[in-house]
Amino acid sequence: MIMSNFWSIWISVLTIVVIVGCFILLKLVNKNYTGVEEGKSMGHEFDGIEELNNPLPKWWAYMFYLTIVFGVIYLALYPGLGNYKGLFGWTSSNQSIGTEQGLKADSAAALEAAKAENRLSQYDREVAHADEKYGPIFAAYLATPLEELVKDEEALKVGGRLFLQNCAQCHGSDARGSKGFPNLTDGDWLYGGDLATIKTTLMNGRNGMMPPKGGLPIEDSEIEGLAEYVVKLSGREHDEALAAQGQGSFMKGCFACHGMDAKGNKLMGAPNLTDNVWLYGGSRGVISESIVNGRAGVMPAWKDILGEEKVHVIAAYVYSLSNK
Amino acid sequence: MMNHSQSTGADYNYTIVRQFALTTVLWGIFGMAVGVLIAAQLIWPQLNFDTPWLTFSRLRPLHTNAVIFAFGTSALFATSYYVVQRTCQVRLFAPKLAAFTFWGWQAVIIAAAITLPLGITQSKEYAELEWPIDIAITIIWVSYAIVFFGTIAKRTTSHIYVANWFFGAFIITVAVLHIVNSMAVPVSLFKSYSLYSGAVDAMVQWWYGHNAVGFLLTAGFLGMMYYFVPKQAGRPVYSYRLSIVHFWALIALYIWAGPHHLHYTALPDWTQSLGMVMSLILFAPSWGGMINGIMTLSGAWHKLRTDPVLRFLVVSLSFYGMSTFEGPMMAIKTVNALSHYTDWTIGHVHSGALGWVAMVSIGSLYHLVPVLFGHGRMYSTSLVNVHFWLATIGTVLYIVSMWISGVMQGLMWRAVNSDGTLTYSFVESLEASYPFYFVRFLGGCFFLTGMLIMAYNVLRTVKAPKESLPALAEA
Repeated sequence: MIMSNFWSIWISVLTIVVIVGCFILLKLVNKNYTGVEEGKSMGHEFDGIEELNNPLPKWWAYMFYLTIVFGVIYLALYPGLGNYKGLFGWTSSNQSIGTEQGLKADSAAALEAAKAENRLSQYDREVAHADEKYGPIFAAYLATPLEELVKDEEALKVGGRLFLQNCAQCHGSDARGSKGFPNLTDGDWLYGGDLATIKTTLMNGRNGMMPPKGGLPIEDSEIEGLAEYVVKLSGREHDEALAAQGQGSFMKGCFACHGMDAKGNKLMGAPNLTDNVWLYGGSRGVISESIVNGRAGVMPAWKDILGEEKVHVIAAYVYSLSNK
Repeated sequence: MMNHSQSTGADYNYTIVRQFALTTVLWGIFGMAVGVLIAAQLIWPQLNFDTPWLTFSRLRPLHTNAVIFAFGTSALFATSYYVVQRTCQVRLFAPKLAAFTFWGWQAVIIAAAITLPLGITQSKEYAELEWPIDIAITIIWVSYAIVFFGTIAKRTTSHIYVANWFFGAFIITVAVLHIVNSMAVPVSLFKSYSLYSGAVDAMVQWWYGHNAVGFLLTAGFLGMMYYFVPKQAGRPVYSYRLSIVHFWALIALYIWAGPHHLHYTALPDWTQSLGMVMSLILFAPSWGGMINGIMTLSGAWHKLRTDPVLRFLVVSLSFYGMSTFEGPMMAIKTVNALSHYTDWTIGHVHSGALGWVAMVSIGSLYHLVPVLFGHGRMYSTSLVNVHFWLATIGTVLYIVSMWISGVMQGLMWRAVNSDGTLTYSFVESLEASYPFYFVRFLGGCFFLTGMLIMAYNVLRTVKAPKESLPALAEA
């Protein structure tokens, strides 16, 4: 970002005045203009406290000069004085690059232009350096089919480390998940647990969407029965009469996603209600809450964050968690 | 021993000084106790008892506000009101307004102690208090300025003593910082939104935040140092000229240093560089105060053997020198890349807060309390000595543990495997920090115990019959 000339000059002038001012002050006071002999009292006294006219310690004054010299050189080499870019032309990141969707095309063009003119920012250089060093390792992994990659111990270790850095925040260090975040070790899959599907999930993310009451004309009075029916489906102790009532409500349309047999539908990520595995909790209270308010689970898309090479390795690792 | 109860004939207003001196001890214990509790919570999280107002997130701002604004600022009120009267040789200007600053400030502290645990906050570090309290602070602070500068104006001495330059700079700048950073649009009595947004908000916040350190915790306490060190040592100030250079350079440079809190963020590159350069140049002026204080002891070093009060003051200057060396180093971008967001920052802050601010305040109070209550010395000099060692050991335990833990965290976070993946997850670095959190907690316990001993000693001194504690004869 470029600031207006006024502010650029304002900041530069103030900076220079302060630094030069310190220099002049130091130079002036370093000489004895007080009219009092060095080492003697200044002649004022405050509540019994006198002040001596001792010279500035030499080493201290030199150190002060040294930091001023350093500051001036640094401000000549690096940006610091308003819009002045510094002799090194250094920038931390490419300021013309945006991260919002609409700016992506512009950003790519800006990055190309910067590279062509050799005005790479520190960030660009570090990324380029890392790509050069680590790129081949991950390119080799990507070239290996997932079926083979899951047998590569080294690749699984790399995948595990990437998982800890990027996935553990939601799924946990042990990948056992928590409320709203699926357990990845139990072999139960919302969207499917084969290698290709796992990779698709990681690449593009998923939006789990259960509308409130399934978007169906279900009355509040039906919720209790419906929850009881869901409890029955998972094979637990239940009130038969209440569950029968709930089954009627289920037939209003819940089956559209969860299936007539309530075993779910992996194509849309609708959970199996019969296996007693719960993403948000399986108590009657939480089931009712899920029905009344609906649920919206989000798994972000990782292809633009990590790139396909790394997602490929993580997919192998995630698969290995439930396929030892 | 300096004859510090020497009468100059003027009838000083000590009531306000006594009030602030005693509340300094009280709020010190309160603020540090909260600090020890939250240090313990980092080791034993169940200590929040599943109660929202006892969680770390709410008690941490209570701790920082209590130690900076209740303990530290009370100490500054007490000493500045005392020093300005004694060095100007006049009674305090506008005594009723001065009394208002005391009661007003206590009301602000109580309001903070209630609202912060309730989670009522502007979420700006060290400026969490909501807008009605901010307005109250402004009114009290302006009153403080009127009392202080009014007293300077009617002084009978020809010059203004150096301690008052620092107190004056601190009072003016804190007013400006507080007003600018607290600008907000209220939506209800307990909720407001900052006038600034994004990177500008962050910059204004750290311009405030760093200068709360620079002007409140540095300049203000240098004012304290410039009176109590020469007084306690019974020696003249080492160099008048040094005080001129380091005062003007310090206040001119400090105000620029805020951006070093925002290295490698969305802050523009030029702002970051400038913050770093000014922080580095600030190094020498900061040390000017330490040199002037320590060299003032020339010819009085032997007093350290017998006078624990002087020991407090000298050790505080050593910690001051250490943290003002560390600060500019941490402001260098490459060093900051390692230290930022780690416990190193916490260690640095406490080397200043415990080692400098608290120790110089404690030393000054041990000088002040006997004078204020008509005695020649504290009730027990050996308890002052015990306090000195508890405070010193506590501070060292605290900062050394945080240094080690901080550098370790920084190194763990940047460690990379041969495939380019990070070696450690965040949780692993947290796990590795536990032993150091325990040592930090111990350090805090040491320091707090010292404060409790001080409270007892102060209480006994206050309660002792007048003139019953004569100054010890010169060793």
